[in-house]
Amino acid sequence: MSNLTVSPSPHVRSNQTTAKIMLHVLIALVPAMVMSAVQFGGRALMLTGVCVLSAMLWEKLSCVIMKRPDSTDDLSAMVTGMLLAFNLPPSLPYWIAVIGSFIAIVIVKQIFGGLGQNFANPAIVGRIVLMLSFTSEMTTWTMPAWSSVDVVSAPTPLRDDSGLYSYTDLFLGKCPGCMGEVCKAALLLGGVYLVIMRIIHIHAPVAFVGTVFVFSWLAGKDPVYQILSGGLILGAVFMATDYVTTPITPKGKAIFGIGCGIITCVIRFYANYPEGVSFSILIMNIATPYIDMATRKKPVGADSEKKKKEATHEK
Amino acid sequence: MRLSGIRLEHKKNTASSQSVPAPIPKTVRIAMQQCAGAACDVLVQKGDKVLVGQKIGDSGKYMSVPVHSSVSGTVTGISELLQVSGRVCKCVDIETDGEQKVIGGIEPPVVSDRESFCDAVRNSGCCGLGGAGFPTHVKFGYDDKKFSVDTLVINAAECEPYLTGDHREMIENTDSIFDGIASIKKYLGTENVFIGIENNKPDAIEKMTKAAAERDSSVKVVALKAKYPQGAEKVIVYNLTGRVVREGKIPADVGVIVINVSTCGFIGDYMKTGMPLVKKRITVSGESVGTPCNVIAPIGISFEELLRFADCDMDKLGKVITGGPMMGIDIFDLTDPVCKTHSAILALPREKKESKNVLISYKTQTNCIRCGRCIQACPVGLMPTELEKAFDRKDRDMLKRLKVSLCMNCGSCSYVCPAKRDLAEKNQLAKALLRT
Repeated sequence: MSNLTVSPSPHVRSNQTTAKIMLHVLIALVPAMVMSAVQFGGRALMLTGVCVLSAMLWEKLSCVIMKRPDSTDDLSAMVTGMLLAFNLPPSLPYWIAVIGSFIAIVIVKQIFGGLGQNFANPAIVGRIVLMLSFTSEMTTWTMPAWSSVDVVSAPTPLRDDSGLYSYTDLFLGKCPGCMGEVCKAALLLGGVYLVIMRIIHIHAPVAFVGTVFVFSWLAGKDPVYQILSGGLILGAVFMATDYVTTPITPKGKAIFGIGCGIITCVIRFYANYPEGVSFSILIMNIATPYIDMATRKKPVGADSEKKKKEATHEK
Repeated sequence: MRLSGIRLEHKKNTASSQSVPAPIPKTVRIAMQQCAGAACDVLVQKGDKVLVGQKIGDSGKYMSVPVHSSVSGTVTGISELLQVSGRVCKCVDIETDGEQKVIGGIEPPVVSDRESFCDAVRNSGCCGLGGAGFPTHVKFGYDDKKFSVDTLVINAAECEPYLTGDHREMIENTDSIFDGIASIKKYLGTENVFIGIENNKPDAIEKMTKAAAERDSSVKVVALKAKYPQGAEKVIVYNLTGRVVREGKIPADVGVIVINVSTCGFIGDYMKTGMPLVKKRITVSGESVGTPCNVIAPIGISFEELLRFADCDMDKLGKVITGGPMMGIDIFDLTDPVCKTHSAILALPREKKESKNVLISYKTQTNCIRCGRCIQACPVGLMPTELEKAFDRKDRDMLKRLKVSLCMNCGSCSYVCPAKRDLAEKNQLAKALLRT
C-alpha cells in the first residue's frame, strides 16, 4: 500500500505568503529610501541600515528568549525597522535609533505575542517614545542637499507655513523633515505599487487624506499644504494600512482613515504639537477592536439572532 | 451585485478529450450507501447471478435511492466498507463474467404525473451527481402546499479545477440534457429554466445556446464568471435568479430547484431507455496521471483500476482525491470502489510541484496577520478569521452570532490565507461543536 497523505480540504493553496507580502512592502519603500539617500546623503542610508539590522536582531533575540520559532524570515521586522527609520530625522545618533527599534520590536510587538498580536503599530510607538524621550535630537532638522532654500538647519514646513516652500518643493521633498517622509512623490509611487499588487486597500489612505483636506479647508488652512507637509502621506500609505493594527473590513478601514484625519487635524491646529499623524494613528489603533466589532460583515441570507430569539419566545 | 469568491487556476486538461468507456473489471464492489440518506438493504446473496441493471439494494426509507448492479456476474460475498465519511456500509462484491448481459424489463418508465415521475426517478437510483448525492426524487417531490416552485436551475458551472465531467456531458449528451429539462418542466411545471455555465467553457456555452434555440427557447443559457465557488447552490441560485436562499432554508423556499447538469442528462436518458444509474463519467486527472481523461466507469470499479487505466505513476503517489482539489475528499485506500457521487479522481505526486496553486500539505502555519483576505474571499460574507478565534476559545455564542452554520466548506478562505491557516477546517469543527 502506498503512503497517501490524508488532510482536510482544500488540497491546494495560493502561493501568497506572509513573507511575500512583507517583501512587497519593502519594495514599495525602496523609492522613498533612495530619495532619502539623495536628499540627506549616506548617513540616511546608514541610519536606515542601523534601524533594519537592530530590528532584526531584537526580533531574533526575543524569539530565542521567548522560545518562539524564529520569525525573522517573515521579513516583518525588516519592514518595522525601515518604517521606523523613515520616521527619524537624518541627524539622529545611531544609539537612539537602536533604542527606538528595541521599543518597536520587543516592547510593542514581541511582548504582546509577536506578529499579528500587537495592538499598536510598532514603528509608530517607537517614534512616539523617541519623540518624547529625546525631543531635541528628534527635532533637529537637516536641510536636504538639493534644496533651493539656503538654510542649514530649518524648521519643518508644519512649524513654518509662511510660504517658504512651494507645493513642488513639498511634493518632491525639497524641505526638511524625517528621512522617509519628505519625498511625497516616492511614497505615493510605493503606495500605487502596493495597491496594484493588491497588498493594501485604498480605503484607509483615501479616507485619511480626504478628511485632512476637508478639515483643513473648513478650518481655513491651506488643504494642499497640509496634505503635502509632515508625515501625512507616509502615515496614510504605510502606517494606516498595516494589517495587524487596523480594522479588517473595508468599511472599518474607511472609518479608521476618517478618524485618523480628524485627530491629525485637531492636533495640528489646536494642540501644542506641530505634527499629529503618529498620535492619530496610535489612537485609532486602540480603537480598532471596537471599529471591527461595529463593522462586522453581515453574511448573505443570515437572520439576526435577536429576531430569532424573539420568534422562539413568541412560540 | 453578484456573489463571487476567488480566482483559481483552472487546470481543465481533459476538457477536450472525448469520454472513453472503462474496461469491465474482474470484480466490482458496490456500496449500499451511495447517496445522502439511508443506506440500502442488500437484496442478493452470495452465489446469486446478477445482471446489468438488476436492483441489488433498496431501502424502505423515503430519503434513499436503490442501488443497481453495474455488471453481470456472480455475487462472491457481502463485505463491509469503511467510507471516507467515517461510516461503515455493506458492500456487494461481484465477480464479473464479462458478458454485460442486461436484465429483462428495462424499458422507458410510464409516467403520467408528478408523483409517478418522482417514483420513476427514485427507481432509477438517481441522486445528485455533482457530488453531494442528494436523492433527486426528494428534490422533485417537494410539498407543493408549502412551496411554489417556478424555476429550474441547471448547475453546469463546474467551478472546481481539473473537473470536466459536466463539460463533457454538455458536449456529448446535449440532447439528453434537453430531454431531461423537458420531462422536469412537464411534470413539475417549472416555467423558467436557467443553465448556468462558467465562461471558461465557451464551446459548451455555444452548443447549449444553439440547442436551446432549437429545442426550447424558454431555456436561458447564462455564462457565469469563472470564479470559484460559482457552482455552490446558494451562489448559483443568487447569480442566476437574484433570489437569496436564507439561513436554514432550501432553494425550494424561494421557488427554485437546482440540479446538476449531469443529473439532468441522466434523467433524460432514463426517460428514453429505462436504464438505471449504473455508470458514471469520471475525470481522471492530476499531475501523476499520464493520460488524463474522462472515463465512463461502471459504479463499483476500484480507484486503482481507473488510475492504472489512465497510466498513473503509482509509485510516487502522494495524494489521491475524489472530487476537486478545493472540496474533494482524500482517499486512504485505493482499492475502494467508485460511487455515484464521485465526479473525479485526482492523483498528485508526493513531491510538490511549483505552480500557481501549490499542493499544500506540509507547510507550517504562522500567525494570522489580519490581512482580511479570507473575509474578502468568502462567497457568503463570513469572517473566517474571527470564526477561527471564536472556535479556538470555544465561544459558542460568538460562533452562532458570526453564522458559522452558513459555511459551505468551499475552502476559499484557507486557499487565500497567506499564513496558511486551516480556516475552512476550523469552520467544520466549529459546526460540529455547535451540534454537540
